[in-house]
Amino acid sequence: MSRPDPDSATDRLARVRSIASAYRPTPGALLPLLHAVQNELGFIPDDCVPIIAGELDLSRAEVHGVISFYHHFRRTPPGRHVVQVCRAESCQAMGGEALEAHAKARLGVDYHSTTPDCAVTLEAVYCLGNCACSPAIRVDDEIVGRVDAARFDEVIAELRSGEASA
Amino acid sequence: MSIRLYIPIDSTALSLGAERVARAIAEEAARRGIDLGIVRNGSRGMFWLEPLIEVETVAGRVGYGPVTPADVAGLFDAGFLSGADHPLALGRVEAIPYLASQERLTFARVGVTDPLSLDDYRAHGGFAGLARAIGMSCAEVVQEVTDSGLRGRGGAAFPTGIKWNTVLAAAADRKYVVCNADEGDSGTFSDRMLMEGDPYCLIEGMAIAGLAVGATQGYIYLRSEYPHAFETLRAAIARARTAGCLGQDVMGSGRVFELEVRMGAGAYICGEETSMLESLEGKRGTVRAKPPLPAIAGLFGKPTVINNVMSLASVPTILARGAAFYRDYGMGRSRGTLPFQLAGNLRRTGLVEKAFGVTLRELLYDYGGGSASGRPIRAVQVGGPLGAYVPESQFDVPLDYEAYVAIGAMVGHGGLVAFDDRADMARMARYAMEFCAVESCGKCTPCRIGSTRGVEVIDRIVAGEQRGRNVALLNSLCDTMLNGSLCALGGMTPYPVQSALKHFPEDFGLVPDEDNKGA
Repeated sequence: MSRPDPDSATDRLARVRSIASAYRPTPGALLPLLHAVQNELGFIPDDCVPIIAGELDLSRAEVHGVISFYHHFRRTPPGRHVVQVCRAESCQAMGGEALEAHAKARLGVDYHSTTPDCAVTLEAVYCLGNCACSPAIRVDDEIVGRVDAARFDEVIAELRSGEASA
Repeated sequence: MSIRLYIPIDSTALSLGAERVARAIAEEAARRGIDLGIVRNGSRGMFWLEPLIEVETVAGRVGYGPVTPADVAGLFDAGFLSGADHPLALGRVEAIPYLASQERLTFARVGVTDPLSLDDYRAHGGFAGLARAIGMSCAEVVQEVTDSGLRGRGGAAFPTGIKWNTVLAAAADRKYVVCNADEGDSGTFSDRMLMEGDPYCLIEGMAIAGLAVGATQGYIYLRSEYPHAFETLRAAIARARTAGCLGQDVMGSGRVFELEVRMGAGAYICGEETSMLESLEGKRGTVRAKPPLPAIAGLFGKPTVINNVMSLASVPTILARGAAFYRDYGMGRSRGTLPFQLAGNLRRTGLVEKAFGVTLRELLYDYGGGSASGRPIRAVQVGGPLGAYVPESQFDVPLDYEAYVAIGAMVGHGGLVAFDDRADMARMARYAMEFCAVESCGKCTPCRIGSTRGVEVIDRIVAGEQRGRNVALLNSLCDTMLNGSLCALGGMTPYPVQSALKHFPEDFGLVPDEDNKGA
């Protein structure tokens, strides 16, 4: 995916300003706007908050309050892939806790953390709607069902080999 | 004419490799010079058979499953394109007892049609309900829904017709219809399956609701965990609009109904209707105190119909076939059908649409085939993470809103999560409190603080610290949450906690009290 250089503040602020002004006429624009920013930049940098607040006539505190309220929005860049492990009841009924422990050990990180090579950010999620094939994980936008330790390792290996060949 | 083949594009089928199978089949057909028309359908909801491939033959649609890419060449060799026998052959899909014995009204088209084909939708009875509604007055449409006995399928089970009538009677320059598609409950996936497998059914239901109450704008509030459903809905709305089924002149009626899908951002609380409205308005998803009811002052302060996906998707059938047809299914005051979702530790997980009155035992054993592990089923959480844990002694209670309330449980959204005898129910009770603490919007104290204290008290009980006192404290805390919370999150977290404590005291280190157990 070609993203603007997140290290270039000028680049990024210009993009956010253009997204924000495009959403200005939308009723209740803040959530769709934040989704658009995160889809574009991978996260919502703090220095974008005043621009968004200005475009929507909100206070910076209101914008910050919304970003921090929702689990989906992130204020720091994620790894190149985001892996979510479901912690909800159906997955627990099928060995989800063991899978969580394996995922953390395999990646060497806890939830809300990124592997040192920046390849994978690990997150917890409460239900992917794939309860008929528990335990389930989500890898970026794809759901994987009936995941055990071996399947988890395969998925991670595929991610890494996909990066190597890209 | 090319051979027609169906390969599901439903998220769960994809999670089991349906995409790779579809690619392998297309490549194998190309290699053999065979002209295939591949339709990407929804799922029939028999997930132990997914990826389930169907071939259209003179004898009907014949199934093969579960298919892996490694099976593909062998299927071609065996002649599966003419319905030939093979170890994965399932015969006519609609004759499979799991499917054949269901009462599919809302899910009649899911898995059958191409989800985005308007022609397919119309050919299978689509838009007949909307066409009939256009010829009726607003009050007549609302009356039809009232007469059907339809109650909200989201959990609270409030009569849909009464809700619509309140919005119809409210005077305002603008009204809204909001579909609550924030299906966050573990063990539930029927909304997702319908949105991915038959999106026009929801769109039609919302358009009927709009015409019935005089609303001109609809929103579908979808959870961010459902990226495939989002893309399907967006594409379906665009096509429906181009075809004139939505927009400035709905099916030539001269009436306006616009529709937009909005994505949430990973907050369970936004499944609560007033939190969802705050979120749609671009705010933190905190709960609003009621009154005023959203039907009077809802989205942007205007009268708003809020229904969940299953309620709205039931409406086209009611309008097309009449209130009496729908009402004739069910028992007592629970009319019509509910798509039950079989999840957790079951051999044959999936979706079973049945009239109210079916029992847990029938669903778990006749349909579900018992536990996946082969061990006894010990507890079933019914109706999501705020639903009670039902023990084996209550598996024969009919699934009916009132009958379930009578045993301190709830039917909710019809999600069933089965646990085998290895489940630690004290741990599940602790998890319920922990989940409430993670997902609380923070507005009211019983939910925000009570859930955190609840985790601690359960830890003390399990550790054996002053068990009697701490159990009394837990019960008192549950009472406070139940009666003092602003919404169902804090108000219903005591259900799983107290049902676990009542039915499985030994897991908390307590001696079962026989006098209490059956109560």
